[in-house]
Amino acid sequence: MQRLSTKLILLLALCFAGMTPATAQQNPPANAELLKKGEYLARAGDCIACHTAREGKTFAGGLPMKTPFGTLYTSNITPDPQTGIGTWTSDQFYRMMHDGRFPDGGLVYPAMPFGSYTKVTREDSDAIYAYLRSVPPVKQVNKPHELTFPFNNRSLIIGWRTLFFNEGEFKPDPTKSAEWNRGAYLVEGLGHCGMCHTAINALGGSSESQAFEGGLIPMQYWYAPSLTSNKEAGLGEWSIQEIVDYLRTGVSARGAVYGPMAEVVYNSLQYLNDEDIRAMAVYLKGLAQGTSPDKPPPALPTAESSLLLSLGKQIYDRDCASCHGATGLGMPPHYPPLAANQSIQMASAVNAIRMVLNGGYPPGTAGNPMPYGMPPFAQRLSDDEVAAVVTYIRTSWGNRGAPVSARQANELRTATLK
Amino acid sequence: MGVAAVARYVSLIRLCFVFFTLPFLPAVAQTPERAPDTMAARVLACASCHGAQGEGTSDVYFPRLAGKPAGYLYNQLVAFRDGRRKYPPMNYLLEFLPDDYLKKMADYFASLRPPFPEPAIPTVSDAILARGESIVKHGDTQRGIPPCASCHGPSFGGMEPAIPGLLGLRASYISAQLGGWRYGTRTAAAPDCMQIVASLLTEDDVKAVAAYLSSRPAPADPSFAPQGSLPMPLACGSEPR
Repeated sequence: MQRLSTKLILLLALCFAGMTPATAQQNPPANAELLKKGEYLARAGDCIACHTAREGKTFAGGLPMKTPFGTLYTSNITPDPQTGIGTWTSDQFYRMMHDGRFPDGGLVYPAMPFGSYTKVTREDSDAIYAYLRSVPPVKQVNKPHELTFPFNNRSLIIGWRTLFFNEGEFKPDPTKSAEWNRGAYLVEGLGHCGMCHTAINALGGSSESQAFEGGLIPMQYWYAPSLTSNKEAGLGEWSIQEIVDYLRTGVSARGAVYGPMAEVVYNSLQYLNDEDIRAMAVYLKGLAQGTSPDKPPPALPTAESSLLLSLGKQIYDRDCASCHGATGLGMPPHYPPLAANQSIQMASAVNAIRMVLNGGYPPGTAGNPMPYGMPPFAQRLSDDEVAAVVTYIRTSWGNRGAPVSARQANELRTATLK
Repeated sequence: MGVAAVARYVSLIRLCFVFFTLPFLPAVAQTPERAPDTMAARVLACASCHGAQGEGTSDVYFPRLAGKPAGYLYNQLVAFRDGRRKYPPMNYLLEFLPDDYLKKMADYFASLRPPFPEPAIPTVSDAILARGESIVKHGDTQRGIPPCASCHGPSFGGMEPAIPGLLGLRASYISAQLGGWRYGTRTAAAPDCMQIVASLLTEDDVKAVAAYLSSRPAPADPSFAPQGSLPMPLACGSEPR
């Protein structure tokens, strides 16, 4: 018996010995490493979020993207030769990422963030290319865009590019640390954070001088706060650990992600490694240094305002205090603090109003797999009550936000939830 | 004072310090309170519409969740998350929650047994109510409508793993769901048996069925039937036989 098993083991060992070189040939370790790197970088670029439709096949495109100019449908980036990018060379792929052009020279609509991806190195672009060639091909013809006149004319993109597109790979700043430069590369390049956190003007462009200064995201009715102002989402006063927690798990001692940022953490940031998240945190914290001192708190002298506040307090104590605390301290990280929370008191009240109306769950992530949710109150509170409670949290416990009106609450009640 | 005396003096002070601060320590540790590590706390977001125990609220369009089979609740959570069942507030809330967590939420609400609400006092005529009872219990063989009871159970408690109970729901909710199937805003895994059933019903049938079901008293045994124990005249993608 023992001899038999020895023989068996020997036989098995021989089989495996015979197989190993063949397997290695098919999938050389260098290639596996490249694919892994490409997959990781594709996560950092959050390709999946736009290039996968709901319940659709991964990377097969077809997701409708509403813009003020009409609806764009994302494209199939699987390696299918007819309907995907199977015939593209790595040069052509790099040209798309770097210069926003199709292989035939045609111009890409800037909903594809090539304005950010232009900063990606050739080496990283090649890794993403290799990875995308390794995913299962899906035969799915791209849906034609539904753009209104005159935006259906692609040559208009030339004008847009002249105004808003600066081609060029990321150039490290030699006066900063390697960590800071890595963070800058990820935030400005693959992370394409500026796509939301820089105001979009009427022409659908964003100016470099206003980079990361925040703005309302068109069609989504969420305000992407400034990353340069500590009065908004500037992270100058956050510890590196708090920023890391926020980006990676979706919750932190300072606040939780919500709205479109929840998508970014869910599909992209939770997959990044410690060093990269830390590098992004270091860079983001640095972005927000040296902002102007606080404005004095807004005066609330009128009788109307004091009525608003007393109603607001009444609602807060009844519906909010059990989680967020009577003095707005919350129970971090799961019940975010409202006192001294930048997101509550920033100039735009859009996000605070929407959180009260729609509630929300932070994303379920590896670091926070069972998040705690905020209940929606749209069905329970009137416009006046929403305005009152949001005014109360924006102006209490040292918060310095401005009061909001019932009309503002009403406008967001009808904001489409997609 | 010698060195040793100083040292003794210092340790005495330390001792006092420890004694005096000890009683206060737990209070200090509690200051940054943590959210309770329970499912109840995690699903508080559901409570404002579905009740703290999933028993439903006074809003007639929001259903009872408690005690429905976990497979059914899970299918609905996934369908809302992926947009196959359309209701923007639910689609939005669940958008970034992983399968494992939705499964836990489903298990949680399936395990709860809060009391049923008082049955609705029918606002329709006895004739309509009788029509509802007839469809619910016997179907309409001529028009190919199966009885609700054939899949949802003779006492309408549902069947494991994925057929829901029909009691404790209000007429408005029931008729809105049947309407949702007819108009395609609510769909289930193919073959979508409820889509077939709902499309066979007229507006009046829907009204009658909803009125009858919502007027039923709480079941004596509020549990669902074991898998495979009911005849199921139609193939149903959500309930593999």
